[in-house]
Amino acid sequence: MRYLGIKPKTPRIAVFDFTCCEGCELQFANKEETLPAFLAAVEIVNFREISSERRDDYEIAFIEGSISRDDEVVRLEGVRKKAKVLVALGTCACFGGVNRMKNAYDLDAANKQVYGDRPKPTLPVRAVREVVPVDLQIPGCPVSKAEVERIVQHLVLGVPYNFPAYPVCVECKQRYNVCLWDKGLPCLGPIALAGCDAPCPSAGLGCYGCRGPAPDPNLRELYETARKHGISDAEIQERLHFFGGFEGLS
Amino acid sequence: MKLNVQIDVHHLTRVEGHGNIRVRIEDGIVQQAAWDVVETPRYFEVMLKGKHYSSAGLLTARICGICSIGHCLASVRASEAAFGVHIPDLASKLRLLAKHGETLQSHVLHLFFLAAPDFLALPSALPLLEANPKVVHLAQRLKGLGNAICDVVAGRTTHPLCIQVGGMTRRPDSATLLDLRSRLLTALDDLKATVDLFKTFQIPDFVRETEFVSLKGVDSYPWIGGDLVSTDGVLKPEREYTSMTNEWVDDNNTTKWCKVSRESMAVGALARFNNNHHLLLPEAQAVASALGLSHVCHNPFMNNVAQLVECVQVALDCLRLIDDIVAAPADAPVSVPVEPKAGDGVGAVEVPRGILYHHYTYGDDGRVVEADCVIPTTQNNKNIHDDIHALVRQFAPRNGMTDDKLELLCSMLVRAYDPCISCSVH
Repeated sequence: MRYLGIKPKTPRIAVFDFTCCEGCELQFANKEETLPAFLAAVEIVNFREISSERRDDYEIAFIEGSISRDDEVVRLEGVRKKAKVLVALGTCACFGGVNRMKNAYDLDAANKQVYGDRPKPTLPVRAVREVVPVDLQIPGCPVSKAEVERIVQHLVLGVPYNFPAYPVCVECKQRYNVCLWDKGLPCLGPIALAGCDAPCPSAGLGCYGCRGPAPDPNLRELYETARKHGISDAEIQERLHFFGGFEGLS
Repeated sequence: MKLNVQIDVHHLTRVEGHGNIRVRIEDGIVQQAAWDVVETPRYFEVMLKGKHYSSAGLLTARICGICSIGHCLASVRASEAAFGVHIPDLASKLRLLAKHGETLQSHVLHLFFLAAPDFLALPSALPLLEANPKVVHLAQRLKGLGNAICDVVAGRTTHPLCIQVGGMTRRPDSATLLDLRSRLLTALDDLKATVDLFKTFQIPDFVRETEFVSLKGVDSYPWIGGDLVSTDGVLKPEREYTSMTNEWVDDNNTTKWCKVSRESMAVGALARFNNNHHLLLPEAQAVASALGLSHVCHNPFMNNVAQLVECVQVALDCLRLIDDIVAAPADAPVSVPVEPKAGDGVGAVEVPRGILYHHYTYGDDGRVVEADCVIPTTQNNKNIHDDIHALVRQFAPRNGMTDDKLELLCSMLVRAYDPCISCSVH
């Protein structure tokens, strides 16, 4: 890949998966129209889901998933030592994701319900930054490939990436959607971080805040709006807890 | 005869999730031949407790990053069965179209990016970008089309948005659907090129008699709901799915194991083919014949071929569905109002890797009291384990066999099942 005859640096990247569905790393292979250009901009040296090549000389490690077992902690610490830059990829890595809802239950009882009298080792779910230092967080369930492409361009060029300073509502308006609140449907669009291009409200599904909060989220006003539409505080709280991104805010 | 073999594959590559292969032969005796699933459990059945029916499908979609549409469909079907909700015909067609899009993208992902590199002696599909870009572009077009169908109909490929209890949130506009239709016609040529490519692949000659379980089609190749059937002659209604799975816990695996009439069982494209080959469209049957697939096939490596046959089947069926959807009246409903009530319901859906079951019990308030999800790869894991044992016994004595060759064969065997390991543990 050259622009004006200048060959940019091609960073060596690796992708590692922990407690998750592997849907975020799958986005690396999606958006087929720009896939060859994306793959040419990086050198993939370790990406278990799509390649049997395994090298340890990566500069940027993308981590998908939350951390929920001792061996995952050891593996993650090993990656952190080798990587110059460690990126938390997706909502599970950034906040714990839906997996975090497990923490509200007694883990022994959970084990008994699923595995009977043969329990499996498990820990309360943690986000990656609760285990090792993280250099960059890319939220989303799943991540937006378009945003990942923008961020990787910034990584290639060594230019800082700024996430939007506004909520999902802004991007939703740009798509000429009728506000779901006006249809009586709850939506976290007013307080959730933009950058996804509002796929959920555009499809008729109120935002669940998978990307976590926008800067300075006005929760009080959100609860007020919800009450006006006959939606209880409990229902809003359930939504805020769904992806784990609003921990400590609700 | 290879008298001593030691294979230790930690976190097998080019599969979804984390599993290990361990083989040990000492003095010509197979001491160990194992497929161990070590994925971390997420306890979805526990997290489902107390969830409102409107979010159960959103949560369970997150079980799987590849077949999230399938999970969402099984989930809403279970809820609709519990509430006695019947969705409009147009919604059923939209759901099947979204499902076909997922089947296409998932099968193409597996065939080109996960399975094909072994047959081309490559570590991944990435070197093909330089060496044979035509093949990559072929895969890219087909997978892109599958994803586009999902985006248009379900709102998104990974973790869909439009599939809700009671139907769909919206109907895609006809112009967009007709654009997909013209791309599907091109895809039929791309699939022909894919068949030609797969004709050049040497499929390992391995057979182990297996019980194959799938939905039983009545007048068409089955995808969503209906009776359950096995090649050993077991027939059960959808509601009695547990008698077709019989899950139990193994000490070395975080996945459960399943069986019906034998010690293990298999689901997936090959199982669907073995039980429903007569319901395939003639073009899909022709592809099966051209690639040497005939029923009942007991070679698990032929699951790759069965997936390709299904790509042709769903591409053609998408054309029919799009014609039907475009022809539906402008005011045809895509959803019905939902009144939750106490009760339970089962949803069985054939997702890319095999039959998937969701079973929910609801309280009067429309919240889940109890949930059970039985995943296709969960049903396959014991069969993979047993296959590895048989494979090793069959191939280790062959002339010129080495540890590396045997390891590759074992890895290819696991990959042929296209396992979704994190899904199987959930």
